[in-house]
Amino acid sequence: MAKKHAVSFKLNGKAVDVVVEPRELLIHSLREKLQHTGPHIGCETSHCGACTVDLNGMSVKSCTVLTVQCQGAEMLTIEGFEQSGALHALQEGFTQEHGLQCGYCTPGMITRAYRLLKENPSPSEEEIRYWMAGNLCRCTGYQNIVKAVQYAAKKMSSPRT
Amino acid sequence: MAAATDTLERETKLQGLGSSRLRKEDARFIRGRGSYIDDIKLPGMLFGAIVRSPYAHARIKSINKAKALAVPGVVAVLVADDLKPVKLDWMPTLGSDVQAVLADKKVCFQMQEVAMVIAADRYSAADGADAVEVDYEELPAIVDPHMSMAPGAPIIREDIAGKDEVGHGKRTHPNHIFTWEAGDKAGTDAVFASAAVTVKEEILNPRVHPCPLETCGCVASFDKVTGQLTVYITSQAPHLVRTVVAMLSGIPESKIRIIGGDIGGGFGNKVPIYPGYVVAIVASIVTGVPIKWIESRIDNISTTGFARDYHGVGELAADKDGRIKALRFTALADHGAFNSHVSATKLPAGLFSICTGSYDIPKAYCRVDAVYTNKAPGGVAYRCSLRVTEAVYLIERMIDVLAQKLGLDKAEIRRRNFVKADKFPYTTSLGWTIDSGNYQAALEKVLKAVDYDGLRKEQAAKRAKGELMGIGVCTFTEIVGAGPTKVCDILGIGLFDSCDIRVNPTGSAIARLGTMSQGQGHATTYAQIIATELGLSSDEIQIEEGDTDKAPYGAGTWGSRSTPVGGAAAAMAARKIRAKAQKIAAHLLEVGEGDLEWEVDRFKVKGNPAQARTMKEIAMAAHTSNLPDGMEKGLDATEYYDPPNMTFPFGAYVCVVDIDRFTGETKVRRFYALDDCGTRINPMIIEGQIHGGLTEAFAVAFGQAIPFDENGNHLGNSLMDYFLPTAVETPHWETDHTVTPSPHHPIGAKGVAESPHVGGIPCFSNAVVDAFAHLGVTHMDMPHTAFRVWQLCKALGINKR
Repeated sequence: MAKKHAVSFKLNGKAVDVVVEPRELLIHSLREKLQHTGPHIGCETSHCGACTVDLNGMSVKSCTVLTVQCQGAEMLTIEGFEQSGALHALQEGFTQEHGLQCGYCTPGMITRAYRLLKENPSPSEEEIRYWMAGNLCRCTGYQNIVKAVQYAAKKMSSPRT
Repeated sequence: MAAATDTLERETKLQGLGSSRLRKEDARFIRGRGSYIDDIKLPGMLFGAIVRSPYAHARIKSINKAKALAVPGVVAVLVADDLKPVKLDWMPTLGSDVQAVLADKKVCFQMQEVAMVIAADRYSAADGADAVEVDYEELPAIVDPHMSMAPGAPIIREDIAGKDEVGHGKRTHPNHIFTWEAGDKAGTDAVFASAAVTVKEEILNPRVHPCPLETCGCVASFDKVTGQLTVYITSQAPHLVRTVVAMLSGIPESKIRIIGGDIGGGFGNKVPIYPGYVVAIVASIVTGVPIKWIESRIDNISTTGFARDYHGVGELAADKDGRIKALRFTALADHGAFNSHVSATKLPAGLFSICTGSYDIPKAYCRVDAVYTNKAPGGVAYRCSLRVTEAVYLIERMIDVLAQKLGLDKAEIRRRNFVKADKFPYTTSLGWTIDSGNYQAALEKVLKAVDYDGLRKEQAAKRAKGELMGIGVCTFTEIVGAGPTKVCDILGIGLFDSCDIRVNPTGSAIARLGTMSQGQGHATTYAQIIATELGLSSDEIQIEEGDTDKAPYGAGTWGSRSTPVGGAAAAMAARKIRAKAQKIAAHLLEVGEGDLEWEVDRFKVKGNPAQARTMKEIAMAAHTSNLPDGMEKGLDATEYYDPPNMTFPFGAYVCVVDIDRFTGETKVRRFYALDDCGTRINPMIIEGQIHGGLTEAFAVAFGQAIPFDENGNHLGNSLMDYFLPTAVETPHWETDHTVTPSPHHPIGAKGVAESPHVGGIPCFSNAVVDAFAHLGVTHMDMPHTAFRVWQLCKALGINKR
């Protein structure tokens, strides 16, 4: 068995450590060692985006990232969106606009949309569709996912009351 | 006026039938707190990985486990011989055949299950699977179903070579499974012989896969002390799984608990029972610890739950005005190496005989010949009822072929053939009694909405300039809600469904059903049905499904059966409760039952509305001593609902496409879908289901197919090759509806989620073919990829600038 490595990174703001074989994929470390089962496995080939997490300010598909690559990283998963009992605007948007059905793609979708709105706070429908094209959904036909992202964009850009 | 406002306010508060209330299940999913199969982790759990055949047809000469057993972390390697002592080496299928759990002496399709390696985690299990040495002797494979019954064809299933039948009538060849027919053959042939016009077309529904985002898997946990088997599983039909496991294993059904949990999409893929589940169960029985087995995506597309593969021939006979006089449809069905096609026992070709569609066709005959090939078994209903997509695709394509032959408009030919609204209930020439419908009204509404005449004018102008524009029309009738137990059973079990409601003293309730949500939103919509029936808020009605220790027996969720059967059970159980509540209210108000009337959430005394008892008050009273003499305590009811008939949702769709004749690329400019699913429970959820079904129809029409080479090797079984549309390709959907309630359903609902898939696919194909209709093209097989469409443009000589 290959030598194991200790890897430390920040997961949703908290310092975590894992000990892994060099070949271990980030999605498995998150789900099986760190009990973060929000990101899902849909294809193992980087096509479906169910495993999307935000790594050092970029959306990545954690089924094709090695955990050993994450030393010192800052990572956000779906588990980090709700703050002090308040839903993130995207979580609210997905519910309000019926942007999910079976829920399997939802954590990846929300995490990807988070990065989109960081980079482009008021995207057009075309831009949303383009940015979200790495995340597959089999249930919704995307129309309500677009609306969910628009809902969040609007809410996040309006001045706080 | 004030009273009316008050009534309306109370009704709105219930968020019952007809309300677009938000979904109750979302709270956990938007937080990443669903509980899907791969999220289940039990103490001591081991992981199973399957060793699969590289060949489509081969003898297994030997299997050597030694190297695998030496891999660190590997605990056991199971092969067919290890399953024999517990008699689990073969299992019954849902199609009356048997299937090898692990290949016994030979493999019959590529990626067939040969061994399972049990190890400490998924990495060591995969290492172990790589180290199992299997020696094969390759045999010639049959890939084309047209070759299956050729003289001298290699025999695929030696295990049943001597058997005259495999559950569905006499076989005529070792690779023959069954021949099924319906209708009046001689009468139909006679009409064809003398008809003014006949048309004929070969029409393929290619092999595709439902491909839900979550693959299949299970965690099996056998407790050697208690003899209790618990299986967490991706199943759309947990009770059927429990019964099959009991039949297979000999474990009393009372000691088997099947738990569905959250399911990441099913679309038919998660109805059958797969070898992986069975081996995981055996492994848990053998090792005494829980075993997890999870498919990879490639395993999923390659081995579990393909759909379609119907090689059809459609024929229509008509008079010169385009009135259809007879229909003759046949199909050669490729069922792969084992007949694990999900079908009701008496309906081996499913509901294919709905192929007369929305039309009044006096004579009809259809026939399906099913054969074995060296491909994965299955034949699941991909977002449709059993073989309904295949049937609807044939009739909706053929009526267009007939229109082109006669030079008739494609909307007009439908008008001329519709079953008229005043003819319902209407019995088709193939024997189905369609309970309700209003087809022409639906079509006219859609034609007006899209300005159909304007579109045809635009198309004529574009054609004059050499441009390709197509208008697809589809007016489909579905058959869903299996079903009446006199017609529908699986393994002898009738396809009724069930609901058990318990009302708590404080007026909240829990309802458990035999169906199984995979994203349809049952926790919301069932609560809405019960809310309206009982006058309790849907927020306070908890829905549970999928745990066989808790839910009453039911056949699960597939074939759009949840609303037609489960929803009916919910309404009927609630009505039993309301009937008891009325007796209690009469007792409390000291009046006769007949003096009371129901209003939203209470029984009130007729003519004295101030005298009333709300359901909440009655719920409390039901748990006290203040009840009518002899009445049992509590406010519970269970209903096992056996529907008197199927339900028949219908719709009218129009699709507009623009095709680039230089590249073959098709742009869906517009898609307008009008669906009639009867009474609408939650319009928001209905619209979501329509969007999803249309998107899956788009996927099938424009890209999905599972290709093989001549040796039976897969040529596309990962998401690199298998088309799942992204947000970029997916068109914008416009939805509309009419409401024609089902007369026999307690709330008039019919089911909706499959209609857009069933109606969408022919609508897309009709649009693409229509773009070429003026060039003499009558049919193009799916998928309409740019390359295939460009090949046609090239053949027609229109691809040059």
